[in-house]
Order: sequence, then structure tokens, then C-alpha cells
Amino acid sequence: MNASILLLLPLFSALIILLGHRQLKGASVLISVGSSIIAFLASIAFLGADDNEGTKMLLPFIDVEGFRAGIDVMSDKQSQGMMFIVTFIGMLVHIFSLGYMKDDEARPRFFGALSLFMFSMTGIVLAGNLFMMFIFWELVGLSSYLLIGHWYQKNSAADACKKAFLTNRIGDFGFMIGILILFGLNQGDVAIDNLQDAFVQGGPLFDVQHSNPGLITAAALCIFMGAVGKSAQFPLHVWLPDAMEGPTPVSALIHAATMVAAGVYMMVRMSFLVTASPLAAEIIAGIGCGTALLAALMATQQNDIKRVLAYSTLSQLGYMVMAVGAVAMAAQHGEAPHGPDPGHAAMFHLYTHAFFKAMLFLGSGAVIYACHHEQDIWKMGGLRKHMPVTFYTFAIGTAALMGVPLLSGFWSKEAVLGTAYDSGCKVLFIIGAITAALTAFYMTRLLIVAFFGKPRTDSAHHATEAPMVMILPLAILAIFSVISGYDILATPLQAMKPPHVEGHQTVFWASIVALLVGAGGAIHLYRGKDKDPVSIKLFANKFYFDEIYAVIVRVCQDRVAWIVTGLERVFVDGIVARLPSAIVARLGSVTRVLQGGHLQGYTFLLGGGVIAAVYLVVFVLPRLGH
Amino acid sequence: MSVLEIIIALPLLAALAVGLGAPARVASLGATFVNLVLVVYSMVQYAGKSGLAFTHSRPILENPALSFAVGADGISLILALLTTLVMLAAVWQIEDRPNIFFISSLLIGGGALGAFLTTDVFFIYAFHELALIPTFLMIALHGRAEPAQRKAVAWKATIYLGAGSLVLLAGLVWAVLEFSGGAKLTFDLEALRNQAKLTPLPLEKQGQLFFLLLVGFGSLVSLFPFHSWAAPAYATAPTPVAMLHSGVLKKFGLYGLLRIALPLLPQGPQVEWVQNALLVMLLGNILVMGLVTIHANRLDDTLANSSVMHMGYIFLAFAAGTDIALKGAVMLMFAHGISIALLFGLCGRMRNQLGTLEYAKLGGLASHAPAFTVLFAFGAFASIGLPGLSNFAGELMIFAGSFTGFKGTLTSLHWTVILALWGVVMSAVYMLRAYRGIFHGGANTGFFMIDPAFSQRLPFVLLAATLLVTGCCPWLLLNLMKTALP
Repeated sequence: MNASILLLLPLFSALIILLGHRQLKGASVLISVGSSIIAFLASIAFLGADDNEGTKMLLPFIDVEGFRAGIDVMSDKQSQGMMFIVTFIGMLVHIFSLGYMKDDEARPRFFGALSLFMFSMTGIVLAGNLFMMFIFWELVGLSSYLLIGHWYQKNSAADACKKAFLTNRIGDFGFMIGILILFGLNQGDVAIDNLQDAFVQGGPLFDVQHSNPGLITAAALCIFMGAVGKSAQFPLHVWLPDAMEGPTPVSALIHAATMVAAGVYMMVRMSFLVTASPLAAEIIAGIGCGTALLAALMATQQNDIKRVLAYSTLSQLGYMVMAVGAVAMAAQHGEAPHGPDPGHAAMFHLYTHAFFKAMLFLGSGAVIYACHHEQDIWKMGGLRKHMPVTFYTFAIGTAALMGVPLLSGFWSKEAVLGTAYDSGCKVLFIIGAITAALTAFYMTRLLIVAFFGKPRTDSAHHATEAPMVMILPLAILAIFSVISGYDILATPLQAMKPPHVEGHQTVFWASIVALLVGAGGAIHLYRGKDKDPVSIKLFANKFYFDEIYAVIVRVCQDRVAWIVTGLERVFVDGIVARLPSAIVARLGSVTRVLQGGHLQGYTFLLGGGVIAAVYLVVFVLPRLGH
Repeated sequence: MSVLEIIIALPLLAALAVGLGAPARVASLGATFVNLVLVVYSMVQYAGKSGLAFTHSRPILENPALSFAVGADGISLILALLTTLVMLAAVWQIEDRPNIFFISSLLIGGGALGAFLTTDVFFIYAFHELALIPTFLMIALHGRAEPAQRKAVAWKATIYLGAGSLVLLAGLVWAVLEFSGGAKLTFDLEALRNQAKLTPLPLEKQGQLFFLLLVGFGSLVSLFPFHSWAAPAYATAPTPVAMLHSGVLKKFGLYGLLRIALPLLPQGPQVEWVQNALLVMLLGNILVMGLVTIHANRLDDTLANSSVMHMGYIFLAFAAGTDIALKGAVMLMFAHGISIALLFGLCGRMRNQLGTLEYAKLGGLASHAPAFTVLFAFGAFASIGLPGLSNFAGELMIFAGSFTGFKGTLTSLHWTVILALWGVVMSAVYMLRAYRGIFHGGANTGFFMIDPAFSQRLPFVLLAATLLVTGCCPWLLLNLMKTALP
């Protein structure tokens, strides 16, 4: 029963705001915030729910002979833990937005879309079958579109929301193909637990795995394509940095903590499929690893505070995706983590990352708010003294992200690097460690430039601490950034953590060295500087991905569309319509001559007719008689 | 007297009354509203049943057996609901126009209802032709273009559809001759279907006849490459006509394929050469027309071409031929009809207020007309295939229906599905471009529009709400189709 409340509450809130925001005015904000608080309380109750209930049907969305796409609620440790993260951070972001969006005219629209997002994200978390997953997958895309485009009057925001939706659509194209392949192979059943059973206990799917492994690899990679879009992995990563055009609380909730993590969550759910295909596991690990490194390199040269965090999110998501692949690779070698219901390293990093990255984004929101919507870190400086609470919480978040020992990020990053180490492919581990050093570098840079030194502009000089509704969520998230790595929270949350594997001295020391090198390098380079001493065009311009894609779209889509349109007009319409009509017109002009109104012509025709008639009667008819 | 006869007669009588001088708005709104109530009532009555219901037959000729016979099953009722909803919205949104607008809307709607609710091949065909006449006349007389140009467009559509109808007529006559059984010719669809069950045609012949009917019915639905009448006709047609033809009347060809061609020739689309031809043609609809739509730079052009493109998905269901896919096709016929009628309705309003529909000139309208923008978003996102709006359910069922019985080898059908899925990406590209161009961005273009008054919003709200309700609860419609298709 709990689960349906979690799903319906934000839906009703969104519907009420859509229909009645003019009458409700300010009350619509309270409805949205209230529903998010109740949803959080319900999720705590859900944490204690029996996790052996399996899947329960809530609503038969489509149910005809041979095809079911129901709204099924799946209640297990993973969905319970993820639900806690989503509703908890969702609630804090709602509260934070009360302050951040105070002066926005379109507040009801913002909170309505936020409620729609909570509904869609809850659906993904609870999804018991792949069709339901896809349905909410798309709805999350819609709410992300609406929220990125909240300030649609700005051309940059309008372009960014379109880009986000379309890039995700490309991912969903693959996702749907993957679902359809599994749907066909498993005879119409795409319930996630049934699919898992089909792989383990045999059946048609199991047979295909041995007779046609390529198809399973194709299915796994197609499903993964959905995650590539949603979790912004290379090569579909370009939308996430642009998505920062949305209001900052949105960036914290959707584009850092929850929605972008949905791809990882889905892949963890489908990890049996990845395990079934060695090639797919390697490709997934490789893409995650590549994204982690590329994004970290790009982050080192960004000057917009939100963009640094966005690239950092990309990079951390790359870590999680790498862990998905690496765990599967380890399992293929028989090195699966043991114990009852072992946690997944990717989920563990998702869990800790959600807290500290949401906190960093909200912190950057507080900074932007205080500096009158200034986002360039080189125009800040010295904020440490003006905004002490923001500074300390931001520092804790930064430390957690860099992987300072004893903070949550340290444990989860070590778990990810540990699985990379176990995967049998040392390149993954080495690149992972390099990325860790880069992470320490760019986060230290951000902290030094924005918070230390002297204020470089007036707006930084006059910055004051944000109001209570904004500081409180920061403080709460800061606490969780510290403690979420330890076993002191509820059991389903403990289940997020993979069993600690002994004998990873290398991994431990590699993390420490990476941290020291990265942070030390940044302190050395950036202390007391007023402008960036390093300038690497390639990183600052994000490896020119946007420019390359723009060319691809212009050539492969717009130019081709132009050519096809021309061909369609000339040939299809020409052959099917204009040519016949021209022939008819020509014939008409020939026969028209016969009816010109000239007496001689008619007489001539008459004579010809008489001759023909006589010929027929005299010569042809008698022969037919025979 | 069957309730269906009242449903068919009401709009025709109302059209007559308006022609004789009755108050146009009241008469048309009254008739269409009562019609909607009657259709919903029949659907409630029908729930849980299967096969034809509300049948009634009035014999007209002995030999060939011809009678005015009505009857409806789930499919016809769903399409009747589509017709009445669109007809209601279409006459509701007419403002300050001569009575001919009401009359032609009622005639088109009444003709479509007749085609969907009669069970005699002769009348099915005749009612469709009846509905086409006012369509052509309205494009020629009141089209949105220079007189010479709109006449040319009307003539093109007339001749094109006339030729298509002729092919169709040949196919229908052939079918009647083949399946009449015994000496007496019959036009009764049920009798023909029973005969087809008893003595099916040999496979090759089924393929030939099906292909003939496919071309005939298909050119009415703008099946590639017989589609080039559609885009200029829709772009030129007056708003209610564009709503009714693209939303309702175009579905007649699909209905005919589902109702006449498939039951008589169940193996037809599975004959290899027919299947391949169908796959190529529907890919033409989806990919070629998808690219053409992307190239469009005016809203009416985008909508007209997108409506051609989306027909490809329904033809995909015929190629797949499974029960799931065909039910999905019915769902999508309904959904597409509602969403395109909504979009054309709004597009007509925009043209009235702005005088231009070019993306390059427009922008930022969302700031001035928020309610209008939300309504447009419903239509746009429905046609993109967003879950929660009804097009998604139809598309999903068609895709899934094409993959049932998938054994691990990808056939040409499966590859077609994969290519068709790319069409879903293309739909998003052109719809979001349109949305971005018109509603987002700065509002300093010099073109302004305001939200329609409350009563003028209602017809569009009706359509948007239908999309939402049937999109969230597709079983409301699916439960009407208990019997397996075809």
C-alpha cells in the first residue's frame, strides 16, 4: 500500500497544480512541498516494508492477450534504498527551492514540474517490468525538459531543454530495441525478476544465450544505450552540461543526484543481463571509464561553478557505469562478491554521491543566489568569510567527492576502484585512479578560486549568507555526506554497501596518492591567483564534441532532409502525380483538335465513321458469325 | 431502428436543417453533442460483448443483395467515438464563418460515421465518397491560399483520391465477385467474411487482391508513394476540414483494410512480395516523410507531413499481422486522430491571429498565451509518443506485436521495426523544433497572440483531456476489443 502512495502523491500534486494554479496561487507551492515531505515519511515506512513481497500489480496499463505492460511495484532492498535517496533529496530540494525560487513569477509551474518529476522518478525506482521502466523513463525525460526550460524566454535554456530531450530520445531508441528483443525472446514476459529467473533457471532465454550469444550482447548493449542517454555517458554526454541552464535546485536533484543516476540504477537491476555477455560487460566498463576520464579532463578548465560540478557529475557517473561493467566482468571470472544479497559497488557510489553532489549543487546555488546570479568562479573569491555555513558545508562536500579518508566518498570510490582492480583489466583501475587525481585537482581549484583569496568583484564583496530554508538542507546533506559510508542507517541502506574485500592495499594507497597529488597540484597552481594560470583549449572547449555534433546534425540530418525533400517533390510526386497528369493533358490537347468546331473536321470524321461502320458490318461481322 | 441509424442520421439532418436556415451554431453543437452522448452510451452498452451489435438491416435490392445494414463492434465504436469527438471540437471552434463551414463539417462527420457503422460494402464505400465531396469543395472555396492555388490543390486531391477510389472500387468489385458464393451477388460484409472463412482464396490470389486493396485504401491514407496530395491539401484546407479529414476521414482507408481486406484475405499481407512491398512503402512513410517533415519550416507544413508520416506505424501493424499489433493500430488510429485534430485546430487559430506560421518569424508565444501553449504541448507530445498520452499505447502495442514470436533471428519485419523506431526520434526532432520555434525564446518578434476565451478553449481542452485519459487508461478502449483480430 505504501508504494502506491509514493507514486500517487506527487502525481496528484502535479495534477492539482496544472489544473488549479491560477486559483491556488501560493498554495500550489505548499502542496508540492507538502507532498514531498509526506512522500519522504512514506519512504521511511517503505524502508521497513517486507522485501520478499516480490512484484505487485498496481494497474493493468495494457493487458491484452499475449501482451502485458502493467504498472507493477517491485519492493526489494534496492528499490527501498533508492526510494529513500530520491524522496530524501527531493524533499530537501523542495525546501531549498522555497528560498531559491522566492522571486520567480512562474513558481507554480516550477513546483508542478518538480512534482511531476518526483512521480516519474518514483515510477522508475519501483518499476517491476521493463515496459513500466520505459514509460517512467520517458516521463522523467519530460519533466527534465520542462525544468531545464523553466526560463524558456532565454534562448540558451530553450535550446538546452530541447537538446536534453532529443539526446535522451536517441538513447531511448536503443533502450526500446533492447526491450523488444527481450520481450520476443522471453515470450512476452519482461518482468525484471522473471527475466532474471529465465537466465538462471533455464528456458528459452537461457538457450539463446548459448546458441546465439551475439543477440544477448546486442540486447544488453541496446538496454545500456538507454542508460547512456539518461546517465549522460559518452557519446551522449553533451546534454548534461547544457542542462545547467535550469534552476540550480533542479540541477541538484535531477541532474546530479537522482535522474542521471537512473541509468545506473537500471543497469544494476539488469546486471544479470550484463553478466550474461562478456563483450557487453567490457564495452560498458570501457565507456564508463572513458567518460570518467574525459569529463574529469574537461572539468579542470571550466570557469562556471555549475559547469565544473556538471562535468564532475559526468565523471562520477562514469565511475558508476564502469563499476557495472567491472562487477559483471569479475562475476564472469567467478570472483563475484559473496554473502546474502550483496550490495553493488555502483549502487554504493550512487548512494554516497547523491548526498554530496546534491549538497555541492545546492551550495553553488546558495553562492549564485548570494552573488546575484554570477556563476563565473573568477568573479567570486573570498566567499569563505561572507558565507561561512555555505563554505563549510561546501568544503565537506568537496572533501567527500575527492575521496578524503573517512568521508563517504572515500569508501564508495574505493569500492568502485576495487571492482575495477578485480575485473581482470588493470587499465580500468589505472584510469580510475588517474580520474581520482583529476577529481581532487579540479575540486580543490574550485574551492580555492571561489572561496579563498580576496573578493574579485562587487557582487562577491557584498555577498551575504543565504536564508535559513537554504542553509538547513545544506547542513543536513553535509551530515549525510559524512556518515552515509557507515553502517549506521537502516538495513536496506546498508545493503547498498558491497561486502568489504580484504587485501586491497594497492587500491587504498592508490586512492591516497591520487588525492594528495591532485589536491597538492591544485593548491600549488591556484593559491592566490586572480586568473587561470593554465589554459588548455582542448579541455576548455570540451574536446569540441558540441561542434562535431553540430556538424553531424547539419550534414546527416538537415542536409539529407533537404535532399530527400527535393527528391520527394521531383520524383515521387513527379512520377505518381505530375507525369500522369501531364500525359492526360497532352492526350487532351490531341483530342481537343478533333472537337475544334470546324465543320470540315466533323464531316471528315463523319465520313471516316461511316467507312468504319460499313467495314465492320460487311467484312468483320460475317466472320464472327462463323 | 438501431441506435446507430440515429447516430448516422443526426449530423446529416442537422446539416440539412442548417442549410434550410436553422441557427447554425446551436443546431450543429446540439446534434454533435447528442451524438457524442449516444456513442458513449453505445460503448457502455457494448462493454463486455464481442462481435457485431446493434445490428439492423433494411433490404433494398434482392439481387445483387444490397441492404442498408448497420452494426458495430469495438473497432467501429472506437472510430465512431473519434468521429464524434473531433466533429464536436471542429464545429465548436468555428468562429465568424459562413454557415457552409458548419454544414460541411457535419456532412464530413456524418459520412464518416456512416462508413464506420454500416456493414454493407456498398454503403461503406458510398458514405466515404459522400464525406469527400464537401472536403474538396471547402478546400476549393475557402482554402487558405490564393484562389488559383487553392483550386489547384483541391483538384489535385480530388483527382488523386478519385483515382485511388477507382482502384479501390475495382478491388471491392473483385472481392464481391470472389466471395459472394453461389449465384447471387451480395454486398453484405458478414456474408462475404463467412464465405472467405469457408473457402479461402489460394495464397497467390490473396496476395494480388490484397495488394490492389492496399493501393486503393492506401492512397486514401497517404501511403507512400501515393501521398503527395495530403500535405498541400491539409495545409490549405480550412481548419474544421483539416481537423476532420486528417483526424477522421483518413482513418477510413485503414478501417477498410482492417474491416474488409484483412478478414477476407487473412494471408494477404503475409505473401512474401506483398509483405516486402508493404514494408518498403511504410518505411517510405516513416523515414522519407520523417525527413521531409524535418525540413519543413512552417507549422502547417510540419503538421501535414507528420500526419502522413505517422500512418507508416499503422501500416506496420498490418505487416506484422498479429492480434496485439492490430489492436495497437486501432488504438493509434484513435490517438492520431485526436492529436492531429487538436494540432490542426490550434494551428488554424494561430494563423488567424498571427497571419504567419513560419518558425523563423515567430517565438516566445508561451509568455503571452500560456493556456494555448499547454494545449499545443499536449498535441505535440502526444504525437512524439510520450507515455501517458494515448499515441504511446498504440505505438508500443504495434512494436511489441511485431516482436511476438521472435525466435532469435531478425527478419526483415524486425529490421523495419528498428528503422521505424528511429522515426520516433525524428518525430521528436521536428515537433520540438516547432515548439521551440513558436513558443520558446524571446517574445520580441512583433507577432503576438493571446489565449482564447474560456468557451473557445473548451473544444481543445476536450481533445487534450481525451488524449490524457485514454493515454493513462488505454484499457478503456482496449476492453472493447475482446475478439482476436483479424
